[in-house]
Formats: sequence, structure tokens, C-alpha cells
Amino acid sequence: MSYPSQFKYTKEHEWAELLSDTQVRVGITLHAQSSLGDIVYLDLPKVGRELKANETFGVVESIKAVSDLYSPLAGKVVQANTDLTQDPGKINLTPHTEWMIVIEAQDAKAQFNALMGADEYTAYVKNS
Amino acid sequence: MFNKNKEVTGLTTSLTHIVDDHEKFVNYNNLLAFFMKYHPIISMAKFLTFRYSFPIMLKQTALLAEHKKLGGKLVDFGGWELPVQYSGVLAEHTAVRTAAGLFDVSHMGEILVEGDGALDFVNYLVTNDVSTLAVEQAQYSALCNQNGGIVDDLVVYRLGEKKFFLVVNASNTDKDFAHIQTIYSGYDGTKPKLSNVSPQYSQIAIQGPKSELILQKLTETRLNEIKTYWCKEGKVLNIPTIIARTGYTGEDGFEIYVPWHDAPTIWGALLQTGSPDGLIPCGLGARDTLRLEMKYSLYGHELSDDTNPLEVGLGWVTKLNKKSDFVGKEAILALKNKGQTKSLVGVKSLGRGIPRQGYEVYSHDQKKRIGVITSGTSSPSLKYPIGVAFIDKEFEAVGTKLFVKVRDDFHEFEIIKTPFYKKEQA
Repeated sequence: MSYPSQFKYTKEHEWAELLSDTQVRVGITLHAQSSLGDIVYLDLPKVGRELKANETFGVVESIKAVSDLYSPLAGKVVQANTDLTQDPGKINLTPHTEWMIVIEAQDAKAQFNALMGADEYTAYVKNS
Repeated sequence: MFNKNKEVTGLTTSLTHIVDDHEKFVNYNNLLAFFMKYHPIISMAKFLTFRYSFPIMLKQTALLAEHKKLGGKLVDFGGWELPVQYSGVLAEHTAVRTAAGLFDVSHMGEILVEGDGALDFVNYLVTNDVSTLAVEQAQYSALCNQNGGIVDDLVVYRLGEKKFFLVVNASNTDKDFAHIQTIYSGYDGTKPKLSNVSPQYSQIAIQGPKSELILQKLTETRLNEIKTYWCKEGKVLNIPTIIARTGYTGEDGFEIYVPWHDAPTIWGALLQTGSPDGLIPCGLGARDTLRLEMKYSLYGHELSDDTNPLEVGLGWVTKLNKKSDFVGKEAILALKNKGQTKSLVGVKSLGRGIPRQGYEVYSHDQKKRIGVITSGTSSPSLKYPIGVAFIDKEFEAVGTKLFVKVRDDFHEFEIIKTPFYKKEQA
């Protein structure tokens, strides 16, 4: 499986998808879920929370590991995928489909464009 | 956040041979001396970077190549390069509960005590009563220091009238052997022969309800004649082994002690023979969740040099009335007379929060910190978070509700009966 070219990526292994000029959807990458193993817990922020870039917005836990989730950009949480918190094991199956939050910001597009592209992220994972 | 093992590059290739030549136990100091002798340009700093950068510097079991072939995810486990998982902890855990799983536990240490005085010496070393063991019988026990703290937990196998095989934790092997040697040098009785035979043995565990069926296809030893916590010396394929009906999963199964270099042959044959019955290779991740569902203690989590066996539920292997004196008895007896203040209990989450080692435990009114989580996970069999907590004894009653601080929030838990997992529930 490869990393979708329309997504951007963080060094902490989150992916971001641009929904509109002001909204970005966030999840974790194939590499992240594979490193974690079987995911059994997901904690997401409340809608309305203001996040800074790189701020912790939630927690994902596998059987063996606990890992923070980092916001790829600054903005306000306008949606949280609470269905996913009920069945977080889905992240292992389709990590690039299972989004966690939607962040809104006036400059979302500019922030998005500043993140790593798919090729850069693929190389980053290989060398990490 | 996610550490991936570094790729092995050119520099390490030559080192691979050195490590191979050094066999199982790569002593880093020896290796450094060797390194400095032949590669004087490489400084200590570079060596250290190297040592912590490359998994090749870890101790390796005879099965490392097999783990790589099978796609095992290798990690540094107490200085050993071992697979934490192959297909996934959940799948491997379930295989052991429903069919069978194969584990490489060659990192475990083996210490042999044999000859005149062996029984009395071992009985002086450990807390359980070794004199009750028949030949071919095994016993769970603890090795204590003079303060009654647990140096290690172990299984003692009586292989002969005067021959005892002590199986200890990997990361404690050197500490245990040093401890035993100290006791030995000050020992007044007849001294048996003492040897650390860890480098000579690999250990393969096959665990789960299909274990006997699978292993029986590879041995003429009649496995149905080996009862739980008994063992027999016998051949698997044509290789001499010790076949023990013991384990660390709560399932029926066997631990097979085999000559170090023969492990791959037996491992491969078991996987091939057992796969139609559902046998799959399992990593340390599943081993941990399986033992935790049984509330079996793990050294470094529930047990330490400072914990007394009575406080961590090991009173049943601490025979204060046995005829022989033993190391730590006085201190354990003193605690017993004084009354213990701590207790090890099983807790279940009433919400979703997963307890992890080190999380603080509070009384239900949240006013008092009463202890700490020693182990915790989301139970693969039960599908809810479970944990073991070391708490003030006054709160130990089953049904007591308490709080665990998960990151910044208090999550409600309840003390429940253990083992968490019982076969009937399946």
C-alpha cells in the first residue's frame, strides 16, 4: 500500500487531507498503525477546541503502546469521529480512510501546503 | 514516537561474523575490547552510538533467522533481539487460547545444580519447599535476598535425585547467578556443583489446547503421561530435550529445552506439523497479554528486589514452615508477624481507560494515593481494560471501587477476582 499523493504528512505520522480552503481532515498513517500494532483505544478532543500546530489533540493506544496524536496545523476542531472511538481497530485495516478530526482555519490551505508530500514522507519513513 | 530498527549497512556486515563467533553471549565490554583492538580508529563514542543504533549488537537466540523469515517485528527485549509480534498480538493471543502458539523463549536463563548436597542447597536458595518434589516434577518458586526482597521468580525442575534445573528470567540471569554464587560461597553445608548452562539451551514453548496433539507427532515420549508441572527427558525428532508441561499463558502446553543449535530444526518442524491445527508463531506481546489475563507476575512489573513475596501474592510458594532454613526467611517472617501493608490486586476498568505500568491509583474519594499500576492492557480475551495494582492492603477487597489516573484524568476501576480470564468463559 502506498501513501495517497493528495494527502500531506507530519513527522509524527499523521496524515492531512484538504477538504476545502479552510478545512483539513486528519488521521494516522499506515506506518503509524503498523508500528503500534492492534489498536484498542482512541481518545479525541471535543468539538470547538482550539489547537496549536503540533499540539497533542488525542491519544491512540494499541495492546502494547500508548501514543499521542499531534495536530498537523493550528485551528479549531469542528468535527471528531466519535464512531471511530467506538471501534478503533478499524484504523489498522484502513488507516488512510479512518479520519479522526476535522480542523478549521482561515489559512488551512497554506498550512496544509507546508507539510510533507507523499514522496517526502515515504522517504522519511524508510529512513526513520 | 515510532522507532524503527535501523537498516543493517556495510559497517555491520563484518561485525555479524564477530557476533556469530562470540556465540550466544555477546558481552559488550569484551566486544568493545575486540573492536578497539582491530578498529582503533573507532572511538568509544562511536562504539556507543553503534551499540545503541544497531540491533545486531543485541544478544541473539538461535532462532533469529527464523523470526526474520517469518516477518517477526524485532525489538530490544532486555538486551535480546526478539520478536514482539508476527501477525499481530490479538491474532497470536487468540491462537494460544483456541489452538496453539509457538514462542521462542531461549533468552530465559538456565542454572544447573547437581551432585551431593544439591537438594539442601536449592532448598536453602528458594522460598518453596523443594524437598516435596519427586524426580521429573517442577515447582514455581522465588529467589530472595536477605531482606526478603525478590531477586527473581523461577521454576525449579527436579531432573534427578541430585539434579536440579533452575529456569530464571533472561534479564536477571547474570544477577541471579551472582547472587547464587554469593550464597554458595558462604554456605556451610555440602556444596553441589553449580553451573550457568544458559548458553547451552534454547527454549521453545508451545502453548494452547492443541499443543499435545501437535508435539506428539514429533516425539515418542508419551505426552499424556506428563502431568501439569511435570517433565521428562526425551527426544523430539532425534534431538535430546527436556519436555516440561509448564508455561506462562494459562493454557495447557509444553516448554521444551533443547540444545542451543538444534532450536531451528525443532521450531521449523513444529510449525510445519502444527499449522494445519492452527499453530502460529507468537511474539512477546502475546506472551505478555496471556500472562496478564492470568495475573501471573512478571519481574520488573509486579516483582522487584524490594518486594516481599507475601505482598505480591506469592505466599503460596513461600514455605515458612519447611524444615530447611532459606535465604530471606527471617525478613519474610518478620513482615508476616508485623502484618503486611501492601497487596497486589486485579482491577477492571468501568470505562474505557487502559491502565499502564506506573499509573497512579487513588481511593474512591480521590483523596488518597493508594498505590500504582504494575501491569495493564486491553484484555484480548475479555475485550475490556484490565490491570494489576500494587496498593495499600486496606483497599484490597474484591468489589472495591477506585480511580486510576490515566494521563490527566481519573478513570473509575473496580477490584475483581483473578485470574481475569477463566477457561469456562471462552
